Amino acid sequence: MVERTSSARLSPRALRRYSRHLLIPEVGLAGQERLAAARVLVVGAGGLGSPALQYLAAAGVGRIGVIDDDSVDETNLQRQTIFSGSDVGRNKAVAAAERLRSLNPLIAIDALPLRFGADNARDLVRLYDAVLDCTDRFPTRYLISDACVLERKPDVYGSIFRFDGQVSIFGAESGPCYRCLYPEAPPPGSVPSCAEGGVLGALAGIIGTWQASEALKLLLGIGEPLIGRLMLVDTLGANVRTVRFDRDPGCTACGVRPTIGRRPLLVSDEEPSTSDVPEVEADALDEVLRDAFLLDVREPHEAVLGSLEGAVQIPASQLEGRMHELDSARSYVVACRVGVKSLWAVARLREAGFTRLQHLQGGLLAYAARHAEFDFF
Amino acid sequence: MRVRVLAFARLRELLASGELTLELTSGARVSDAWQMLAGRHAALEHLANSTRFARNGQIVPSDAPLADGDEIALLPPVGGG
Repeated sequence: MVERTSSARLSPRALRRYSRHLLIPEVGLAGQERLAAARVLVVGAGGLGSPALQYLAAAGVGRIGVIDDDSVDETNLQRQTIFSGSDVGRNKAVAAAERLRSLNPLIAIDALPLRFGADNARDLVRLYDAVLDCTDRFPTRYLISDACVLERKPDVYGSIFRFDGQVSIFGAESGPCYRCLYPEAPPPGSVPSCAEGGVLGALAGIIGTWQASEALKLLLGIGEPLIGRLMLVDTLGANVRTVRFDRDPGCTACGVRPTIGRRPLLVSDEEPSTSDVPEVEADALDEVLRDAFLLDVREPHEAVLGSLEGAVQIPASQLEGRMHELDSARSYVVACRVGVKSLWAVARLREAGFTRLQHLQGGLLAYAARHAEFDFF
Repeated sequence: MRVRVLAFARLRELLASGELTLELTSGARVSDAWQMLAGRHAALEHLANSTRFARNGQIVPSDAPLADGDEIALLPPVGGG
């Protein structure tokens, strides 16, 4: 009598699809069930995201989030093999999700056509078990690493330049983070991006696939993950090396006395010049509002749980079109959820001629923390 | 003393070589090797603060001492994706 493999989590169809995984002792049925229960967020659906997403989806990772606010350009097709010519002009997260659903209908895909930013980083990272950094911007790389440290999630990092690639895992328990390796972002313009410097398409495939492999190892709990090791791939010389690096006790994110996370996460190139924007401390808001109006720029989905009486509500995303509802002769305290978008809004309002502007430091979350009667989230 | 230098990514291009040998005085540190290269290639200057150094396969601070026969890898940040 033939005994057939059965699984509470995996259908007979899934068992057949994943049979080449089930044959590997290190994966097997238990491992495949772990993958089916796993949730992975891929930040950036570009050169690295394309292979990473396809291998994670094919491998049967149960839920995959793909976040990208960019749209497919014809120059992407040289390496971003998840897209076809007919995707040009479409949002990358949406187009990639469609391809992944057809690749593997047994898993769930979250298409997130948004910018991974300081305002949503921690909330997004919290929803997944691991994050893949497939972005092409330094500020976002620091933001991903910081959010992963704060939320205690592994950050599977990959980056590419022309013929050279790097892979590592940051933010893992007891392991170092991106800031331990590179405490300081390079000056803008000193390190060309793929758009500026070019990249060998196949290198994106190698590095993104390596990220998928490291993520799968982490989820399965097998092998020696690249924690505390930086892999250097040189396709011209056909050399692969790894160098070791340690957690830095002085690291601003994961060191002994971290400063990152005490305040809301900020991204250097998205951070408007704050030096000259008058700040209102949450404690002083009630008093300041005797002579000023509160302008609440949270998006509707952020404001559902409560707002301050008398506040003028214009979401930041609608601000440019609705400035006529405001009076530039009046004084406003601009507030958002955590105090990042409010700075952006102040910059826009200044461009439009508003002068009597302050912003609420730490946002309405900081205010709510001092006022139990407000049920903000 | 003599050390072997491996350069990666943008630095390989700026140095026009992925591998070279430097002759340094005894007691030299990693930063001395960098200064010697920066003296020859002015374009290295803007990567001075963001490049990390691995000595014999381990990332070290720039004031780490060098010994004859050491291998230094110059690792500039790589950001593309």
